[in-house]
Amino acid sequence: MASVTYEHVTKKFSADTTAVNDLSLEIRDTEFMVLVGPSGCGKSTALRMLAGLEEITAGQIKIDDQVVNKMPPRDRDVAMVFQSYALYPHMSVFDNMGFGLKMRGSTRTEIETRVKEAGRILRLDKLLGRKPRQLSGGQRQRVALGRAIVRQPRVFLLDEPLSNLDAMLRVQTRIELQKMHQRLGTTFIYVTHDQVEAMTMGDRIAVMRDGVLQQVAPPREIYDQPVNMYVAGFIGSPRMNFLPVTISDHEAKASGFELKLPEAPGVARGILGIRPEHFLPNVSEEDTAIELKVEVLEVLGADQYLYGKIGSDDLIARVDPALKVSIGDRVRLAVNMKRLHLFDAETEKAVF
Amino acid sequence: MGTAVRTNAAPAWHQRRVRIYDREAPLGYLLLVPTLLVLGIFLLYPFLFGIWLSLTDSELGNLGNFIGLDNFRFEWRNTDGVFYTAVVNTFLYTGITTVFKLSLGLVMALLLNQAFPFRRFVRAALLLPYIIPTVLSYEAWRWMFDPTFSVVNWLLVNTHLAAYPGPNWLGVPFNAMAALMIVNVWRGTPFYAIAFLAGMQVIPLDLYEAARVDGATRWQQFTSITLPMLQPVLLVVLLLSTILTFADFQGPFVLTNGAPYNSTQLLSIWAYQWGIPGGAISLGAAISLVLFPLLTFVVAGVLFLLRRPE
Ligand SMILES: Nc1ncnc2c1ncn2[C@@H]1O[C@H](COP(=O)(O)OP(=O)(O)O)[C@@H](O)[C@H]1O
Ligand SMILES: [Mg+2]
Repeated sequence: MASVTYEHVTKKFSADTTAVNDLSLEIRDTEFMVLVGPSGCGKSTALRMLAGLEEITAGQIKIDDQVVNKMPPRDRDVAMVFQSYALYPHMSVFDNMGFGLKMRGSTRTEIETRVKEAGRILRLDKLLGRKPRQLSGGQRQRVALGRAIVRQPRVFLLDEPLSNLDAMLRVQTRIELQKMHQRLGTTFIYVTHDQVEAMTMGDRIAVMRDGVLQQVAPPREIYDQPVNMYVAGFIGSPRMNFLPVTISDHEAKASGFELKLPEAPGVARGILGIRPEHFLPNVSEEDTAIELKVEVLEVLGADQYLYGKIGSDDLIARVDPALKVSIGDRVRLAVNMKRLHLFDAETEKAVF
Repeated sequence: MGTAVRTNAAPAWHQRRVRIYDREAPLGYLLLVPTLLVLGIFLLYPFLFGIWLSLTDSELGNLGNFIGLDNFRFEWRNTDGVFYTAVVNTFLYTGITTVFKLSLGLVMALLLNQAFPFRRFVRAALLLPYIIPTVLSYEAWRWMFDPTFSVVNWLLVNTHLAAYPGPNWLGVPFNAMAALMIVNVWRGTPFYAIAFLAGMQVIPLDLYEAARVDGATRWQQFTSITLPMLQPVLLVVLLLSTILTFADFQGPFVLTNGAPYNSTQLLSIWAYQWGIPGGAISLGAAISLVLFPLLTFVVAGVLFLLRRPE
């Protein structure tokens, strides 16, 4: 069990490749922290520096209160689950899981006890004698997890551990991972490009973009109060609608409608942000209403998505599937003003 | 509809031909024929001819009569007094050089697998012993082993590793055998190193990363990942090299040709000396075939180890 601190950590692979740029982040003891961002934004690099697999160009990383910049991986007492799993192909499942203990000189009986225990938790008991190539993708993934658990490390590092699984298995494993985190009570740092994984698993989420940390907050807060357009657009599916507006005092004017802002933002040009789920179908007098010209319909059982245009801007709205709509209709929707976001068009930072 | 009509209209011979292409087994054998032909002409025929020769009393330029196993009996009884020396020497020569080639090749591959400046250049330079025409390089070695005029002894004497005038390399039985082995190791090591290097480069790097995080030291990474992952390459190289070293001829021929007093006699040279200068081609053939059954076992053993696990 341990806390992890990144202090102004920078990683340059070359003069013009900065994978991680001035990252400062505190991960609390026993926390489940998710690093999320699109491919290539530096998540793996951030994780690998903590594991000791990449040198740190500037800044420092601490585990508890100890600076680990120069410490070799074997002394850091962290375990890592790789995206590729990196199972040792010539070793049995048992030997794969016991490898870390063996390297640290544990006794044969101790290895046996701990591997069997982990095998039981991960339902691998019957597979301990097999080689990795004789396992399915999901089983391999569990062996990779088992290899980490058996070590009882201070920190668990997981680099996109679910990305090679099919959709069903991914959801199932997601839940198992959360249970495992609760049971082990160890610090987890989890890297993913998938915002659903981030939202469902993280105690807190750190959103990254081009090596720069954008926002760190619990999932609810990231969703409700994104600090900029990037975070707002990255979290949530379908994506938040962005509508350019010109503002004078309280009045915001978009290409297809006008609305009265709850407060004067003090910027002349802004971007309105409305999540698809934040429209209300029953329009009353005092609501701010918009009229959407429907171009495409998607009915997904529990939800119905309307894709269309308002003025010259594209818009997506999620509505009750009971609402009868056909293509070409003009649907009146009320904007849920409590959930409205406004971003400065220049800086893309959130105004509210 | 249109397609069906066109197919029916195709001539019968055409249909038959297409059917052969469609069926895997006959087509497979058909495609094997050229390879088998080449192998048959260039491998099987000389081999069978060699076996037949060993069972006759042929001499150079004169095909003789079948005499059964007389040639083999001649050698088993050590009639010429050299055969068993040659057998022992061949085993020593192969065994000792293989140990050195294997370990030096492994070390070399490990070094070359690190990042360092001019890496490509050094890797290419490794092939030098292979590029120089062999007779030329062996003649150079013979010169280097010259007791009075050569660089080897000059170095040994001037670094005080040996007393003046230094060892008589090719004139003393033990030294001569050592010299043969040194040259064989010099020539054979790059082959090991390059094969090992190729084998190492396909080992996924994330295995080493996983092992480092798991707490493995460099040495543990080598023994638990590099070596086991290298095993197939290692066995193939060992197999090829053993066979080639058993039959090695050029180096020993140029350097000592069995001298002094047959003390560096190898089966390959002994077979040549009986067969070509001695004119008894059938006896030469018998000598070179003596180890064939043994080598077959070695090959079978290695191939067994190499078989793909289910
Ligand atoms: N070993 C490396 N050498 C050079 N550039 C690298 C290396 N590893 C990663 N990068 C670069 O650093 C950036 C971040 O990579 P990475 O941390 O793997 O991103 P992510 O895990 O978020 O997809 C990318 O632009 C990538 O090309
Ligand atoms: Mg990555």
